[in-house]
Amino acid sequence: MRILTLIRQVLDAEESVRMKAGAVDLSSSKLVVDTMDEYGLEQALRFRDADATVEVVALAVGPTRCEEALRTALAIGADRAILVETETPLDVIATSNVVAQIAKLEAIDLIFCGGGQADWDSHALGAATAERLGWPQATWTSALSIEGNQLTGTHDVDTGKESFTMALPAVVTTQQGLNDPRYPTLPNIMKAKRKEMKKLPLDGFGVTAKLKVLSTEVQVKERKRKILDGKDAAAAAAQLVDLLRNEARVI
Amino acid sequence: MLLIVAEHANGKLSKSSYEMTQAARDCGREGPLTLLVLGSNIAAVATQAALLGDQVLVADLPALAEYDPELWASAVAQIASEGEAHTVLIGGSRSGREYSPRVAVKLDAPLIEDAISLKNEGGALQAEHYTFLARVTERVEAAGPVVVVSIKPGAFSPAKPNDAAAEQYDVELNLPARRVTVTARITEKSERVALADADIVVSGGRGVGSAEGFVELVEGLADQLGAAVGVTRAVVDAGWRPYAEQVGQTGKTVQPKVYIAIGISGAVQHISGMGKSKVIVAINKDADAPIFKEADYGIVGDVRQIVPALMSELKNTH
Repeated sequence: MRILTLIRQVLDAEESVRMKAGAVDLSSSKLVVDTMDEYGLEQALRFRDADATVEVVALAVGPTRCEEALRTALAIGADRAILVETETPLDVIATSNVVAQIAKLEAIDLIFCGGGQADWDSHALGAATAERLGWPQATWTSALSIEGNQLTGTHDVDTGKESFTMALPAVVTTQQGLNDPRYPTLPNIMKAKRKEMKKLPLDGFGVTAKLKVLSTEVQVKERKRKILDGKDAAAAAAQLVDLLRNEARVI
Repeated sequence: MLLIVAEHANGKLSKSSYEMTQAARDCGREGPLTLLVLGSNIAAVATQAALLGDQVLVADLPALAEYDPELWASAVAQIASEGEAHTVLIGGSRSGREYSPRVAVKLDAPLIEDAISLKNEGGALQAEHYTFLARVTERVEAAGPVVVVSIKPGAFSPAKPNDAAAEQYDVELNLPARRVTVTARITEKSERVALADADIVVSGGRGVGSAEGFVELVEGLADQLGAAVGVTRAVVDAGWRPYAEQVGQTGKTVQPKVYIAIGISGAVQHISGMGKSKVIVAINKDADAPIFKEADYGIVGDVRQIVPALMSELKNTH
């Protein structure tokens, strides 16, 4: 079995968003593998731990800098990596086209994708990829096991949770709670340097962006920041209730 | 036509359907406003939908009794193609955001996710949506014969129903077989007002101290205010509260009139789920907690003293 695990390089959540020339500028910010992708990579590695014939391929679609995120994925344990390079940003639907083409080329049986991506705020990549491949999907998975070609798991839906089964090939999107991702160890970091990293230019995929970004603006919501000292709990509570009733008029 | 896929639950049209209708009415695109109602035994829902659009298409089929992303995507894409829809609006619920990408791929259409504004501009559709964990607003443009949009819950005001009911039409669909077998459903029901609809949300983090502390402080204050209860990821991970109450990147997004954060430090993942609240109140013992930067009002102090004091103040001065 061959598993494709999608890796998105995003801004570290602790970093602030910087702007330059009307666009988000990541050039001087700390970038990391999207946390949600780590759960998919970990799940793929667990399947490989249980079955040595499993191969885990990490894929990123994005600028050259994504190589760093793929190196991290290799250091965590992926067998090899593919980077489809594009300096022009692609939207999610266009990206799913690239992912689906790679999945076919690599004869992939199972794709892991983060439930959402912290740069796009999108939930669409897994489902769009599944549709292109004609595969079923389970999104926001919080438990997953495999037996033969049958996946069994639990995932979140509008009203709570559902337990499900589905057959491979399939797309699974991942989130917190699925597992505890492992960290790269020093020997694995050294080994990762010798692992295969295939780079492909986007040109060969015949994909163009479907959305045009017109403008980008960092949100600034001015907050009042009236912070009271709570040493005298009763007095602070009385003052807060008064502010909420008579100034903000929300209770 | 503008096609709205109506969302409904328990025989009632959801608030999001009214919000999508308003988005469609205001976006400046022409053509009949069409609501599509998918499900089984949905006559009552179709009747409510008839007061919102110019026409209602009804697929009342046993096969649609339970949601499935492939069935829903197939149904919506068929109706959109046959009706030559130029705009397809889908709710920004978990399910809506799950099947809308499939619809976009089937129609070879652009997808705008979680739109907070929509407007027609020279034949193209422009929309705003949040990116970077809701810290950035991006304005995008989608061109082409058809665009698929998911609409962020709460971003548009709910439409007022028309005086006269529109015509309803039954539609035929060619549906695929289900490939994902659901073996169990765990519905997390709460006696309280739903998080997404609540005017007031009382939310707690690790600083509340324990599951018992949650019942006493967070639920106690929420009950007094008629509020919904929210929690942080850390609290769900600790097993104190169910995932259904989680607010943030991996949970729900809320936009209440007032959000009261108790013992929440204010990680960016949490802020992305509540940062658009009209008024934010924070109670935390750490004066340097990032939540205070996001707060309109706050008290620096021990939640075990402050929250009971708030509760008695509310009770005595009501």
